[in-house]
Amino acid sequence: MVGVSCTNLVKRYGDVVAVDGLSFRVDRGECFGLLGPNGAGKTTTIEILEGLLEPDAGDVEILGLKWRTHERELRQRLGVQLQETQLAEKLTVEETLRLFRSFYHRGRTLDEMLRIVELESKRRSWVGKLSGGQKQRLAVACALAGDPDVLFLDEPTTGLDPQSRRQLWALLAQFREQGGTLLLTTHYMDEAETLCDRVAIVDHGRVIAEGAPRELIASLGAPRVVTHQGTLEDVFVALTGRHLREE
Amino acid sequence: MTNEPIDRGGSWHPLIELALARLREFAREPEAVFWAFIFPILISVTMAAAFPGSGSKPAIVAIGPGMAATAIRATLAHTLGITVREIPADDEARALREGEVHLLIVPTDPPTYRFDPARDESRIARLLVDNALKKAAGRAEPWSAREEPLQVAGSRYVDWLIPGIVGLNIMGTSMWGIGFSIVQARMRKLLKRLIASPMRKSEYLLAQIGGRLVLLAPEAGVPLLFGVLALGMPIRGSLVTTSIVCLVGALAFGGVGLLLASRARTFEAISGLMNLTMVPMWIVSGVFFSSSNFPPAVQPVIQALPLTALINALRSVVLEGAGLQSVLRELAVLSVWGVGGFTLALRIFRWR
Repeated sequence: MVGVSCTNLVKRYGDVVAVDGLSFRVDRGECFGLLGPNGAGKTTTIEILEGLLEPDAGDVEILGLKWRTHERELRQRLGVQLQETQLAEKLTVEETLRLFRSFYHRGRTLDEMLRIVELESKRRSWVGKLSGGQKQRLAVACALAGDPDVLFLDEPTTGLDPQSRRQLWALLAQFREQGGTLLLTTHYMDEAETLCDRVAIVDHGRVIAEGAPRELIASLGAPRVVTHQGTLEDVFVALTGRHLREE
Repeated sequence: MTNEPIDRGGSWHPLIELALARLREFAREPEAVFWAFIFPILISVTMAAAFPGSGSKPAIVAIGPGMAATAIRATLAHTLGITVREIPADDEARALREGEVHLLIVPTDPPTYRFDPARDESRIARLLVDNALKKAAGRAEPWSAREEPLQVAGSRYVDWLIPGIVGLNIMGTSMWGIGFSIVQARMRKLLKRLIASPMRKSEYLLAQIGGRLVLLAPEAGVPLLFGVLALGMPIRGSLVTTSIVCLVGALAFGGVGLLLASRARTFEAISGLMNLTMVPMWIVSGVFFSSSNFPPAVQPVIQALPLTALINALRSVVLEGAGLQSVLRELAVLSVWGVGGFTLALRIFRWR
C-alpha cells in the first residue's frame, strides 16, 4: 500500500529550480530517507509533501489522498516536524503538548507522549530551558500528538550530540515498529544507514540514486579503500564527484 | 471523515488552548506586565500634575522702569490671576521672547503693552492687565455678569481627559500585544509549524484577540479607577455599559492589530506600521484636545476612526451617563473595524 508518492515534482523560485522533476514512492510502514547536501532541494520537497508549499508541477498523493481535496483529513493523519521551528520558550513542555494535542480529534494522552520522548521529568520546565536534544524530542512529540500514520521529519538530528541522536533514533525506530510510515531528510549518511529501509540521494533537485542503503553501497563494487567500509558518502562522491558536507 | 466523537486527550478546545498559551506567554514576560499596568498610571499621574483640577495659571507680567511703575505695580498686586515678576531692564526682550513673562507693561501715559499676540497667554495677560488698569483709573462698568466657573467634578479638563487615556491605553496595548506576538511567532517559524497541524487558521487569529480581552479589565480599569479615586472623576453611566464599550473597543483594535501584523516579518516593520496607524489617531481622535478643532472637511474621516469612536462613546457614557442606545453609532464603527480587520487579516495572513 502506498504511504507517500510524488511524481515529477517541480518547484521554481524565480530562475532557481529548487526541485526539478522529482519522483519517488514510499510504502506504508517503510522508512524512507531523502539524502543530499544543503541546497539539494530536500526541504522544498518535504514541504511540498507536507502540503505547506504548492508545487509548480507534479502530483502528490499521501495515504491515497490529495491535498487539494482532503487537506483536513490529511492534517489529522500526518505528523510534521519542521527544520527551523522554535517552539514558544515560555511555555512548559506540558503546555506545549496540550496545545498541539488539542488540534487532533484522536491521539495519544499527554502522559503517553511524555513517556515516548522521555520528557516526564521535564514536563513543567519551560521550553527555553531544555537542551537541544530535549527540544528536538519535544518537537517530535508534538508531531506524534495525533498518533499519525505518516511522520515527516526535516533534518531531525542536525546539531545534536551523538547521545541525543541515538535517543531520537530509538524513538523513531519504535514508531516504525508500530507500523508507522516515516519520511525524513538528512545529510548524515550514518543516520540514513541506521534508520532507512530505502533512500533517495538528491542533488540539484533530482533523484540521482535510489535504493536500500546496502544496495547502493554494494553497487560501487569492492570497497576502494581497504581499511574503510563503504558508506553512502562514497555513493554520493562516486555519483557527483563532491562530498555531501563541505568539511 | 468519520463522525466519531472528538477525543482531545484531556486538552481544552483549541481556541481556549491557544488563548491560554498567549496569556501565559504574556504573564511570563515581566516587562510586558509592568508596562501594561504601570503605563496607564504613569500617564494619568503626569496628566493630573500638568492639569490640576482647579485654579488656572496666572498671567505673568513685568513692568518696565518709569514714573507710573509703582502705581501700576500696586494695582496689579491686588488683581486676581496676575503675577508681577521683576525682570532687569536689559533682560526684558529675552524674557518676553521665551515666554518667561507674558506681557511687558511700559509705564507711559497711557501705558504701552509689549507682547506676542501669537501666544494665547500673552493675549489673556493683555486683557487682564488692561481691564485691571482701566478699572483702577475709574472706568464705569455698564453691568457685572454672573459667573459660573466649572469647578464641578465631571466637567473639568482632567475628567474629560481620563476617558481619552483609557481609549489610548486600549488601543496601544491591544495593537502592540497582538502585533509583536504574531511577528515573533512568524520569525520563529512557529506559525508555519502550527498550520502544518490541523489547527484552524481562524481559531488562531480569534485566540489572539481573545487572549487580550482578559487583560482588558486592568488596562481599562486602572486608569478609570485612578480617575475616580485620585481625581474624583464621576462615572455617570452604568459600569456594564462602560465595560461593553471597552470590550467592543478592544475587539476593534484587535482586528486592526491582526491586520497590521498579517504580513510583517520583522519587529522594525511592525513597529513602523503600528506608529503609522496610531500616531495620527493620537493627534486627531480627541485624546488631549477636542477633535472638533479640525476643519469640517476632514470630520467624516476623523469620526470614522476607531479611536475617535471609542473615546467619544466612553466620554458619553462615563461623563454624561449615556446609555447603550446613545452610543450605537460608535459601537457600529468599532464593530466594522474589528470584523473588517479580522476578515481581511485572515485572507492575507502570512503563515510562513
